Amino acid sequence: MRRTFATTLAELAEGDPRIVLLTGDLGFMALEPFSDRVPDRFFNVGVAEQNLTAVATGLAEAGFLPFTYSIATFATMRAFEFIRNGPVLHRLPVRIVGVGGGFEYGSAGYTHHALEDLALARSLRGLRVIAPADFQQARSALLATWDAPEPIYFRLGKDDATTVPDLDGRFDPAGVEVLGTGEDVLLVTTGAITVEVTAAAQLLARNGIDAAVAVVANLNPAPVEALKDVLGRYRLAIAVEAHAVSGGLGSLVAEVIAETGVDCRLERRGVSAGPDGISGSQSWLQRKHGLDRQSIADAVTRALAAAR
Amino acid sequence: MRASLASRANQVRKLVLQQSKRADVGHVGSALSIADLVTVCAEHADAGGDEPDRDRLILSKGHAALALYAALHLRGRLSAEELDTYCDDGSRLGVHPEAELRGVDFSTGSLGHGLGLGAGSALGARLKGRSWRCFVLLSDAECNEGSVWEAVMFAAHHGLSNLVALVDVNGQQALGYTRDVLSLSPLEERWRAFGWDVRVVPGNDVAALDAALNELDTVTPGPPHVLLAQTEFGHGVSFMRSRIEWHYLPLSDEQYRQALAEVEAAAGDQA
Repeated sequence: MRRTFATTLAELAEGDPRIVLLTGDLGFMALEPFSDRVPDRFFNVGVAEQNLTAVATGLAEAGFLPFTYSIATFATMRAFEFIRNGPVLHRLPVRIVGVGGGFEYGSAGYTHHALEDLALARSLRGLRVIAPADFQQARSALLATWDAPEPIYFRLGKDDATTVPDLDGRFDPAGVEVLGTGEDVLLVTTGAITVEVTAAAQLLARNGIDAAVAVVANLNPAPVEALKDVLGRYRLAIAVEAHAVSGGLGSLVAEVIAETGVDCRLERRGVSAGPDGISGSQSWLQRKHGLDRQSIADAVTRALAAAR
Repeated sequence: MRASLASRANQVRKLVLQQSKRADVGHVGSALSIADLVTVCAEHADAGGDEPDRDRLILSKGHAALALYAALHLRGRLSAEELDTYCDDGSRLGVHPEAELRGVDFSTGSLGHGLGLGAGSALGARLKGRSWRCFVLLSDAECNEGSVWEAVMFAAHHGLSNLVALVDVNGQQALGYTRDVLSLSPLEERWRAFGWDVRVVPGNDVAALDAALNELDTVTPGPPHVLLAQTEFGHGVSFMRSRIEWHYLPLSDEQYRQALAEVEAAAGDQA
């Protein structure tokens, strides 16, 4: 997604002199599509995410559309107060681009695993939060929102090749994309782990379980009506996210169910164990935390059996 | 100019005392120490304008906002009626400044934020080919924040000579003297080593501050500028000088009378 994002942003920047891209010294083999084409508006501020965000805020006040880029942990957590007291407080159009949600930085370890960024970001009223499911949706989301007046956090994946079947890059700025018409269970997910979730739905189909997948790319403001509509058609929903089990998508869905009175039971799947210092690849870590396609499918099967 | 600046700074002090007393809130010492700095900066930045290419004035030590409100009032950019709402329910004038108010270019209050904002604004001016300057007032203890030095490096690297930092070196911080809490020494050499044009000036001398600002080349790309303004915490009120409690305390009736008398006497000397 990150390379697609940089390419799309370069296209936009060539047509709009307000677009500036700032990085906290990251983006090798990712940001070149922008830095090669728009070198005058590309700044590497160094390893300094607080200043990255503050400079972007100053630029936005001066009339620019600044995009800040770093690994999702650093972009959101190190700079959190600067996001809060900067673009959010001043209602300025800074875009924070965090790459690598969940375990995408695998063996880089806990310091690089963005497991709380969505919870933090979605707690900020006035910060739009977008987590595209694949590179096509990332492009659509950028094209739909690049000049919006409010600040935005984009949680991007690293994968620029895999696509979510049948999503076809659709992005509704206020909605939810529902894939499939399965009536047995609804899987609700967000971000790059969507490919695991749709693969889990295929595994379930082989066992006679028809699941639909709701892809929630907009997490803040929450697409309450769209979620209420789709949740209302199911007795059981399983939320799956590459994020801490609290504060992110599962919590958002729980809030919608509780506050709208939709009659749908929810099981949240995310990361619930604390850090243990053991490292591994993204796929290994996702298996370990029950977020790979087989674990998801098994969990859905168990939940359906329990619900009967 | 010199006399009017001096008398205006003294009026800022008087308004700080009056409004602190009326609102029954503290931070009096900090506001008094930067009364001269704020007065001169507001003059140079023509604070309170709303043109897109106006100079920016950022009070990074936001806890002294009352001094800025007073300066804006004396420049005719904030009404007496609104100044009288300081810290009232529903007021735009809180202890820390909010950008909702004309003359406050950025909301501040969390130390270590303003210089980076200013660097972004100064970079924005350069990218647009405009000549606005950005004045950022910091406290000395604020330089404890690592983010200050991130911005210091960034501004020097990009030759942002249109960025002017003014550090209120009053030697005082929330729990003690800066030399005891976390030494900043040698502050001058530190800023210089980071590539800035450093000037040490008497910070409660409006004429010296005015002259120092007039000397700065903010057009030719080059080192950003910092004035290390040697100020006195609680300047103008004898019993507040370098007394930590005036970081916090509101004034009793007796203290208020004495403080106001001292400031008014100083005003008489200037007249």
